[in-house]
Order: sequence, then C-alpha cells, then structure tokens
Amino acid sequence: MTKVKRSFLPHPFLTAILIVVWCLLSGGISLGTVVFGAILGILIPQATAAYWPDAPRAVGLFKVTVYVLIVVWDIIVANVVVAWVVLTKRNRDMKSVWVAIPLELRTPEAIAILAGTITLTPGTVTADMSDEGHCLLIHALDADSAEAVRDDIKNRYERRLKEIFE
Amino acid sequence: MNVTDLVEIIIAVALVIGALFTLVGSIGLLKLDTAMKRLHAPTKAATLGIGSLLVASMLHSFAFGSGSLKEILIMVFLFVTAPISANFIAKVAIHRGQDMPPPEPPKDQNWATLNPTDETVPGIEAPAKT
Repeated sequence: MTKVKRSFLPHPFLTAILIVVWCLLSGGISLGTVVFGAILGILIPQATAAYWPDAPRAVGLFKVTVYVLIVVWDIIVANVVVAWVVLTKRNRDMKSVWVAIPLELRTPEAIAILAGTITLTPGTVTADMSDEGHCLLIHALDADSAEAVRDDIKNRYERRLKEIFE
Repeated sequence: MNVTDLVEIIIAVALVIGALFTLVGSIGLLKLDTAMKRLHAPTKAATLGIGSLLVASMLHSFAFGSGSLKEILIMVFLFVTAPISANFIAKVAIHRGQDMPPPEPPKDQNWATLNPTDETVPGIEAPAKT
C-alpha cells in the first residue's frame, strides 16, 4: 500500500502547493482550475520524482513563519542601509570582503535556503560552496570585519535553520 | 477623508518606495567599480524595489477592482530564482579573477568553482591549484 502511494503521489505536499499555484495563476478557484491543478499536481511530482528521491521531513510551521518574518524584516532594514552605503560612500572607502562560513547544517535543503537568504538580504551575496559542502563563500559589500558578518549569519540564520531542519 | 483616499495614499507611498529602491539599484550598478560589488546593487533592487511595487499592485487590485493574488506568485518566483542567477554571476566573476581572490575554505580542499576538472572550457583558463 505504501509503495503504491509512494509511486502515485511521491510528494503529497508538493501536489498541494502545485494546486494552489495553479489556482493563483488562473486567477480564481473553480471546479475546472482545481481539477486541472490536481492533474498537474499529480503528473509533475511523478515526472520529477527521479531528481528528488527523498521525501522531505515535516518542519514546524511556527518556526518557519518566525524565520520568514525575520528574513523579511532584515531585507527591509538592510535595503535601507545598503542604499545609504551605495549613495553616500565613495568606492575606495567601501571595505568589500570575502567571508568564508563553516557550515554546521548538513541537509541540502537547509543549506540552499541559507544561501538564498544570504543573497536576498542586502549587503551579502553567496558566491560559492566548498567542494565537499562544508563551507559557504560570501561576498560582503561593506563590512568592518569578516568575523562579524560570519557570526551574525551563523547566529541569526543558521541556528534557526538547524532547529527547523535538523 | 474616507477609506478610498487612505488606500490611494498607501498605494502611492508603496509605488514611490519601490521606484526609489529600483533607482538606487540602477545607480549602484553604474557607480560601483568591481564585478562583485556591482552584483549587490540589482539583487537588492529586486527584493524591496519590486516587492514594494507588487504590494502597491495588489492593494490597487483589491481596492478598485477584482482582487488578484498573482503578485504573490511573482514575488515567490523572483525570490527563489534571483539568488541562483546571482550565484552564477559570482562564479563567473571568481573565474575571471578581476576581483581579489577568495580566501581558502576553512574546511575542505577548495571552492567548488575553482576545483580543477578534466574539462577545459574555451576562453576560461584553468584555475591554478595552490
């Protein structure tokens, strides 16, 4: 039974998201959109199941919400800070640094979200990962010290992602 | 002053904020000097600039017509895809070596981009292994 369920609906949560996305795209909830969304929601996870063999683990919705709110707040605050730096600081006064962050996270999804978060928050861009996936390379636009950026990211984002995913 | 006026003011403020941050992103792209620094400007304009414009669009559609939530999808797709293109540009910038070279990783051998492989890409020199 579980095997049949697994091959028919490899990712039930993805199916639900695809139905919601299809309804949003077609701009309304009607029987037609829900049925067509369900067809897509069943076919797409089956077609892509080979690339995504493991079922995602359940994550705490409350902690995810807190994380998203923190990231959105940081994006707004850092946008203002970076806009000020871009407009007022001369190029040679900016101290751009590379920051290498040793990772404690091991889940690929968590590392991907951490890398995305770092790029979305202004002032830092994820540039690369070490060949065996234990470090992230980050470029900071204007930072006093690489250590401060590293500790900030580790305390603010990585610790929370570790609680969510691991 | 009724509710419609208030909503209109909020929409106008959101539009101005969005336009302002998109402008700052463009100014940054022109003003900053190295490839890695320039990368910071447009990825920032994409977040708050476009986000604010989309909030204005959503408010307008709910206040003055049929409500639309497509903007949420635009925001989600933008937030998911923007880091990936930024990552590609950063990798090219590292390969071309115009910026200062990145430090050694504290763990592991090398950065994935700089790992020597058997393939040689025309136009890009194989990175020197230190």
